[in-house]
Amino acid sequence: MREKKQLIFEMSIPGRTAFSLPEDDFTGMQASSCLDAGLLRTEEPNLPEVSEVDVVRHFTGLSNRNFGVDTGFYPLGSCTMKYNPKVNEDVSRYPGFALSHPFQPEELSQGNLKLLFEMDKALSEITGMDRFTMQPAAGAHGELTGLMIIKAYHLHNGDAERNEVIVPDSAHGTNPASAAVIGYKIVEIPSGENGLVDIAELKKVVGPKTAALMLTNPNTLGLFETEILEMAEIVHDAGGLLYYDGANTNAIMGKARPGDMGFDVQHINLHKTFATPHGGGGPGSGPVGVKAKLVPFLPAPVIEQVEGENRYFMDYDRPLSIGKVKACYGNFTVVVKAYAYILAMGAKGLRLSSEDAVLNANYLKEILKEYFELPHDRICKHEFVLSGMKQKKLGASTLDMAKRLIDYKYHPPTIYFPLIVKEAIMIEPTETESKETLDAFAETMIKIAKEVEENPETVTNAPLTTVVGRLDEVTAARTPILKWKPEA
Amino acid sequence: MFPYLPHTVEERNVLMERIGIKSVDELFTDIPESILLKEELNLNRPYSELEIKRICKELSNLNANVDDYTCFMGAGYYDHYIPSVIDHMLLRSEFYTAYTPYQAERSQGYLQAIFEYQTMICELTGMDVSNASMYDGASATAEAGFMCVNSKKKRNTVLIAATVAPEVQKVVKTYFEMAELNLVVVGMQNGLVDMADLDGKLTEDVAGVICQYPNFFGNIEDLKAVGEKAHANGSMLVLNADPIALGLLESPKALGADITVGDGQGLGNPMSFGGPTFGFFAAKEEFVRSMPGRIVGQTVDHDGNRGYVLTLQAREQHIRRQKATSNICSNQALNALTALIYLSVVGKKGLRQVAEQSCNKAHYLAERIAKVPGFKVHFAAPFFKEFVVETDKCVEAVLKALLDNHILGGYALGKDYPEMQNCFMVAVTEKRTKEEIDKFIQVLEGVK
Repeated sequence: MREKKQLIFEMSIPGRTAFSLPEDDFTGMQASSCLDAGLLRTEEPNLPEVSEVDVVRHFTGLSNRNFGVDTGFYPLGSCTMKYNPKVNEDVSRYPGFALSHPFQPEELSQGNLKLLFEMDKALSEITGMDRFTMQPAAGAHGELTGLMIIKAYHLHNGDAERNEVIVPDSAHGTNPASAAVIGYKIVEIPSGENGLVDIAELKKVVGPKTAALMLTNPNTLGLFETEILEMAEIVHDAGGLLYYDGANTNAIMGKARPGDMGFDVQHINLHKTFATPHGGGGPGSGPVGVKAKLVPFLPAPVIEQVEGENRYFMDYDRPLSIGKVKACYGNFTVVVKAYAYILAMGAKGLRLSSEDAVLNANYLKEILKEYFELPHDRICKHEFVLSGMKQKKLGASTLDMAKRLIDYKYHPPTIYFPLIVKEAIMIEPTETESKETLDAFAETMIKIAKEVEENPETVTNAPLTTVVGRLDEVTAARTPILKWKPEA
Repeated sequence: MFPYLPHTVEERNVLMERIGIKSVDELFTDIPESILLKEELNLNRPYSELEIKRICKELSNLNANVDDYTCFMGAGYYDHYIPSVIDHMLLRSEFYTAYTPYQAERSQGYLQAIFEYQTMICELTGMDVSNASMYDGASATAEAGFMCVNSKKKRNTVLIAATVAPEVQKVVKTYFEMAELNLVVVGMQNGLVDMADLDGKLTEDVAGVICQYPNFFGNIEDLKAVGEKAHANGSMLVLNADPIALGLLESPKALGADITVGDGQGLGNPMSFGGPTFGFFAAKEEFVRSMPGRIVGQTVDHDGNRGYVLTLQAREQHIRRQKATSNICSNQALNALTALIYLSVVGKKGLRQVAEQSCNKAHYLAERIAKVPGFKVHFAAPFFKEFVVETDKCVEAVLKALLDNHILGGYALGKDYPEMQNCFMVAVTEKRTKEEIDKFIQVLEGVK
C-alpha cells in the first residue's frame, strides 16, 4: 500500500515546541554579556518547531515504515540477525552503566571495569585467544585494529618489507578496505572449485612480503575451511600472521575455536554472534582478541585486575601499544548487552546456539536446493548460498525475487554477495527461528520460484505492498539530493 | 531450557531426519578432529533472567552515575538533559532490531530518519552535505584528516592543535602513524592555538589543519584567522565542534571550515561510560565524493512517489573494496537517530536555550569560583560552557572534597598537560541548579 510521509521539517509550525527547561532565574547573565557579538551565531540553524505529539506520531510512523527482527524473519546471510533479548536492553540502561562518566574516578567505576575484564576472559575462552580489547566500535573497526596490531608487530621485529595482505576472492569488502587504510597491498587469491581456499594458489603468493592472511571460517559461502591448519602453517612458516574475521563465529561456538585453528588475531561482532541489536546500522561492537605475543600491541588502556584482589584498573603503561582507535573504552553499553547474553547462555547455551544455527541452515538448504541452484551441495555451517541463475534465465533476477519476498512479509536474504556466485542469495536463518518459521519461509521461496515460472511480472514488479515501489537509485547517485531544503 | 532457542528435542529430530542425519555431530565432520572441542567451554552456567538482572544491578551499583552525583565534569562528555520522548522512540523495535537499510522499500522509516538527520547536521554546521554517522568524534576527526590528504594530492601532513582533546589526538595519531602519514601538533599559548607556531608549521606539505570548537579547555579560538591562514597555504580547515555550542556560536561554515566533525553525545545520548555515542561528519559540496560512510539520498519510485535510498555507494567498501574512501560499514545509526529525535524535540528555539543556559551558568559559576580565595579562572580567553580553574590547593584534595559531597567536580588536567598540575576543568550544563552551584562553592570554600 503506497503511503506518503512528511519530513519533520514539513511539519514545522513556528511557535510550536516539544521542549521545556526550567527558567534560569539566578545567574542574571545573558549570552550577549558573556561573549562578544562576533562570536555569536547570526543565522539560526533551521531546525523544526514541532510539538511533542508531532514528534511521537512522526517517529512512530517512521518505525511503522521499517522492519526489524522483531517484525519478522530476517535471514540476512553474514549478518546473524538473531533475536535481541529484551533483558539486555533493560540492564544496559541501569544508571551505573548508562549514566557513568568515562573519566569518573576508577574507584567509582569498578562495576564497569569488572564487566570489561570479565568479557575479556569470556571472549578469550570462547575463541581460544589470550586477551581481548573492547575498544573497536564495529567489525570493520576491529579489522582495522587487528591489522594495526599486525603492522606494529612486524615493524617491531624489523620486518618493514611485509606490506602484503592476502584475502580470498570471497572476502567481505571490509577486509581489503581495512587493509588498504593502513597502506597494505591487497593480494587476492581465487577460491577453488569447491568454494574453499585453493592451497596451491595460497602457496604461490605467500612469502617474505606477507604480513597476514585474512580469512573467515566458515567462509562467506558458509563452508568450513577444512584445510585451515595447513594454511596456518604455510603462512606462519613464511613469517606472516593469520587474521580471523569473526563475522561467522555463530557457526562454531563450543565446537571449534579460531585460536586453536592457528589464528593470531581476530575480531568478534557482538551485534552478530552475541545478540546485541543491529540498531539499523549500529552501534555495533568489534572486540579484538590476540595471542600472547601480540598482547603488548593492544590499544590502551587494557583493563587489568589487581593481583589477588577484587579490584580493577586501567593500564595505560603500554609502551608498545598501537595507541587508541576510539575515544574511551569502546561501545560500552553494547558490551553490557553481550555480557548479559553470555550470562543467559553459558557454555551449553552457546554451543546449542551454534548447533541449532547450523541445523537450521542445513534444513533450509535441503528443501530449497530442489528449486534453486546450489553451487556447493554439501554440508554447510550457519549459512548457505543459492544462485538465482535458473530463475534469471526465466526472466526474474535475484533482486526481483528479493523484492517479492518483501511482499510476503519477509526481509530478504543477503543478495549478490559473495561476489564469486552469480545471482547470489545468502541465507542465514540463525538458531532463534522455529521450525514453523523455517517451513513457512521455504514454502514462500518455493511459491516465488513458481511465480517466476508461471507469472514473472508479479516478481519483476515487486514489491507491490510497500509504502513506496522500487526506487530509482541511478538518479539518486547521478543528481544527489542529500538534505531537505525549504521551498524557495 | 533456553528462552531464545525454540527447538525441542523432538523438533531437532524432525529437522535431522529431513536432512538425513542422526546426530548434529554429522554437520561438523568438516572440522578437523584435532581442533573439534570435546569438552564444554569453561564459562558461567546459564542464568535465568532474574539472576541476570541481579548480577548486572550489583555491577551497576558499584559505579557512580550522574543521577546520584552532580556532574561538573566534561572533557568531551556532558550531562545535558535527555528528554523522555527519546528512549520511548528508540525502544520501538522496528528501529533497533533492524539491519542497515539496504532493502530500501522496506526500510523507508530509517532511510527517511537518516535523511532528516543529515539535514539537521548540515543546518547546525552550515556544511552542504553530511553522512549517516561515524563511530565517534575522535575517529571522525581521523577520517577527516585522511580526507584532507586524499583531497590534496602530494600533501601528506596534517596539523592538529594541542588544544584538541587528548583522546581525539591519540586516535588521530594512531590512525596517521599506521597509515604512514605525518601528524604535527601545533603548540598552544594561553589556552589557544599558538598562531606563530601555526605560521611556522604551515608548509606546502600540509593538507589540512584540525582545530576543536570550543577547544578542549572550553575556550573559543580565533578560528576565522586559523582558516584564513590554512586556506592561504592551500590547506583545508577541519573543525571538531560541540554540536550544542552550534546552537549559540557562529557556524563552522562562517569560520571557513571545509569539513566539520564532532561527537554527538550531547545530543540526547547518555554518557554510557564513553560509548556508544556517534561522530558526525559533514563537508562542503565539492568534497562529497571523497566522503567516508553511508549517505542517504532522496529519489522517486516508478510512480513518482518520493522515497529515500543509500546512495553514492561507489565510495564504500562493499562496492570499491580496497579503493573505498573508508573501510566503515556499521556506523552508529541508533545514536544518530537519537540526535535526530533530540533536535526535533528541542527545535530551533530549544537548542538555543540549552546552549544559552549552559553558557550563562558556566560564566556564573566561573565568577563565583574566582571569588573563592585560592581559586581563579586560569585562561583569559572567551569560553562557552567549560573553563579551567587554577588553584593553589592540591587539585586532588579539591576534587576529593567535592566527591565526598557527591559532586563530580571536574577533570584534573595534570596528566594530559604537565604544566597544568594545579588546574582542573569544570563544565556546566543547562541542568545545573542554583543549589548545586551553591553547594559546589561551599565545598571549595571549605578546602584547606
